[in-house]
Amino acid sequence: MEFLTDILLLSDSAIRIAAPLILAALAGLCAERAGIVDIGLEGKMLAAAFAAASAAAITGSPWAGLLSGILVSVMLALLHGYVSINQRGNQIVSGMAINIMVAGLAPTLANAWFSRGGQTPLLDSEARFNEITLPLADLLQDVPLVGAVYSNLLSGHSFLTYLAFLMVPVVGWILYRTRFGLRLRAVGENPEAVDTAGISVTLLRYQAMIIAGILCGMSGSALSTALGAGFIRDMSAGKGFLALAAMIFGKWKPVPTLLACLLFAFVDALQGRLQGVSLPLIGEIPVQFTIMLPYVLTVVILAGFVGKMEAPKASGIPYEKDR
Amino acid sequence: MSLAPAIETKDLCKRFGNVQANDNISLVVEQGTVHGIVGENGAGKSTLLKMLFGFYQPNSGDLIVNGEKLSLDSPSEAMAAGIAMVHQHFMLVEPFTVLENIILGAEGQGLLRHAAADAKAKLKGLEQQFGFDLPLDAPVSQLSVGERQRVEILKALFRGADVLILDEPTAVLTPQECDQLFDLVRLLKSRGKTILFVTHKLQEIMAVTDTVTVIRAGKVIVRTATAETTPDALAEAMVGAKISRAVERRDGSKGMPRMKLESVCAQSDHGHEALKNVSLEIYDGEVLGVAGVAGNGQTELLEVLTGLRQVTNGTVSLSGNVTNSPNTFTGPIELRDSGLAHVAEDRLKTGVVETMTATENAILGYQRSADFCRNGLLRLKAIAAAAARYFESQDVRPRNPELPVAAFSGGNQQKLVIARELARDPQTLIVGQPTRGVDIGAVTKIHDQITELRNAGKALLVVSADLDELMTISDRIAVMCCGVLEGVVAIEDADERSIGLMMAGSSGELATP
Repeated sequence: MEFLTDILLLSDSAIRIAAPLILAALAGLCAERAGIVDIGLEGKMLAAAFAAASAAAITGSPWAGLLSGILVSVMLALLHGYVSINQRGNQIVSGMAINIMVAGLAPTLANAWFSRGGQTPLLDSEARFNEITLPLADLLQDVPLVGAVYSNLLSGHSFLTYLAFLMVPVVGWILYRTRFGLRLRAVGENPEAVDTAGISVTLLRYQAMIIAGILCGMSGSALSTALGAGFIRDMSAGKGFLALAAMIFGKWKPVPTLLACLLFAFVDALQGRLQGVSLPLIGEIPVQFTIMLPYVLTVVILAGFVGKMEAPKASGIPYEKDR
Repeated sequence: MSLAPAIETKDLCKRFGNVQANDNISLVVEQGTVHGIVGENGAGKSTLLKMLFGFYQPNSGDLIVNGEKLSLDSPSEAMAAGIAMVHQHFMLVEPFTVLENIILGAEGQGLLRHAAADAKAKLKGLEQQFGFDLPLDAPVSQLSVGERQRVEILKALFRGADVLILDEPTAVLTPQECDQLFDLVRLLKSRGKTILFVTHKLQEIMAVTDTVTVIRAGKVIVRTATAETTPDALAEAMVGAKISRAVERRDGSKGMPRMKLESVCAQSDHGHEALKNVSLEIYDGEVLGVAGVAGNGQTELLEVLTGLRQVTNGTVSLSGNVTNSPNTFTGPIELRDSGLAHVAEDRLKTGVVETMTATENAILGYQRSADFCRNGLLRLKAIAAAAARYFESQDVRPRNPELPVAAFSGGNQQKLVIARELARDPQTLIVGQPTRGVDIGAVTKIHDQITELRNAGKALLVVSADLDELMTISDRIAVMCCGVLEGVVAIEDADERSIGLMMAGSSGELATP
């Protein structure tokens, strides 16, 4: 029974941790499916986290925070789009530039505006996305298994967590069931085919970047206004790259990407749980090693277990009309 | 009754920088006819087509469609005017299904479910009218090249095209697939469609067109009815001067077997069986041609011979020594030292480094040799001298070895590669696609050189996608299909028809649409 409770608790925190990962991974997925490699997820997340925390701290509303987060992230996405689409620049360089810029700019601005050593003020409960208790959750609490799962695992997450999970079918629907999705996937595989079919490659790719920006903005906002209560320097801590890895592990498809995010999140939750716990035979694992777990897993998975990676063919290649 | 021409151009000009790609091109294509456009690589055919299709805009001149003067600013405007193009490199999204490819850009509905249903209804009519039988729900990546081309044509018809531009449509087809294409072209014509058929193969012009325009160096040279001309006349117009072969094949006695493959199996990069039990001998003093539709194991065959891929079964031997077997493997450096040279099939990928200078490329693969390198330092003077020698011997132009290789035309790049590989007087020469992307003048020179080597008693193996080429230079032709050696035919007994059938495999897999 205690083991079951453990699993339940672990899964509960995995879902919590997974939310920003899922949103960022979906953002990367939309961008890459349209042929733009978005290594700047990390930077956009961090910028959105900062913008959301700042706006929420000033206005006291998490919604204002979310909106600002999305706005800032979309602007960075458009910048990346401008470099990659119009200027045909190197997408990796552009993405890294965004990451580095934000890593420095966000704490600097935070310091200038709030004078708290590069952090934003701690958000009080009204300025955050709080846990939502699903209907009947209290009532069902005592029903064995089903009740426990419903009340402890499914209920009690923030709006943004539910939104993240909702976005998986939404993105899937857009990609595979709509005309826009068909064109978006086509432009990531063979932009020339799209161009000769009379559709603007430029416009399509910008649209994809805006979607990526919105999703990434949600992801960053989740970090600072739902999971945390304010912005802290480097709070994205490589999650943008982790999301990218999850997207690759998920073979650029929404549902497998979701599962990959959940796996990473579960390992992350597990490492939190293992800290200071004495395991049989091994004893206590030093914190430094447990923290490494999700990242080691990423390397192992990407190095060995993904198998044949079939990225969208035109991903990362600037489109030039005449090659 | 006189209908306005489907397409008419008046003094169309297009310039790229200093290059006048199209110079006062005037063209008349009547409704419901097949009009051929011939010209060498680089003559300006593609530029003209791209203007007709709205991909480029002319610098000057008029474009008149159905008697109406139009300026086509984008492919979608051309499509609206009823002009569609089937590109040489298909504009298909490989992982998508046939249906998805056909509707892309012409979906009509926001939701794919509805768009697909509408399209299927419309396609049924078209399929009946034009006799298509394509698997609409299969991904394009699973289709043969011939089928992909039909998808492109159906795609154009779906968009309501009245004028179809076919750009080098037969370049990638087997002879049987070509015949099917010609049948389809005739059927389209009988249903009132107008077709622009662009090619550099003259037999095709004679076989399928009503009228023909010859373009050379961006200018229209000849405009005539096909019935009133001959292939020879067209060839002369296309090339400018009669080109004669300087070197004749000398009847020599075939020498000793130089290279030998015994029941060789090898895997492709994707891990499937690319060569299945191939046994072959290459003799001194002969050219062994290898024919086949691209992707039927020829690439792997070249790699197995030149020490780039290890066999999984069987042996390859050179001058009696085993060089490649499941437990011995001689790499390209040692093979080169044993007198084997390799003109790579994909020049830009494995033959040269485009961004490096011609001088640097001139020693690529030979950079370790004592002539060019001492104690790890390059001997720049010796290298420059070698490059100058190569430029001289092969007449590479422009005569400036310090230019990056990308600045040379395909033909001149190939000349440089050939000079480099021949510099050591190799006994065995393995050549992939000797004249791919090479202009006609240079083609003859390369063919002559191959024949000269053969006459001098060297052993040569030439892989080419161009069957005509192999018929010209080979002593024997080996035909591959799906990794299997379908047979080896002596040139005296070879005809295109039977080789075409062998290329399609004895099972006839490729021959069915």
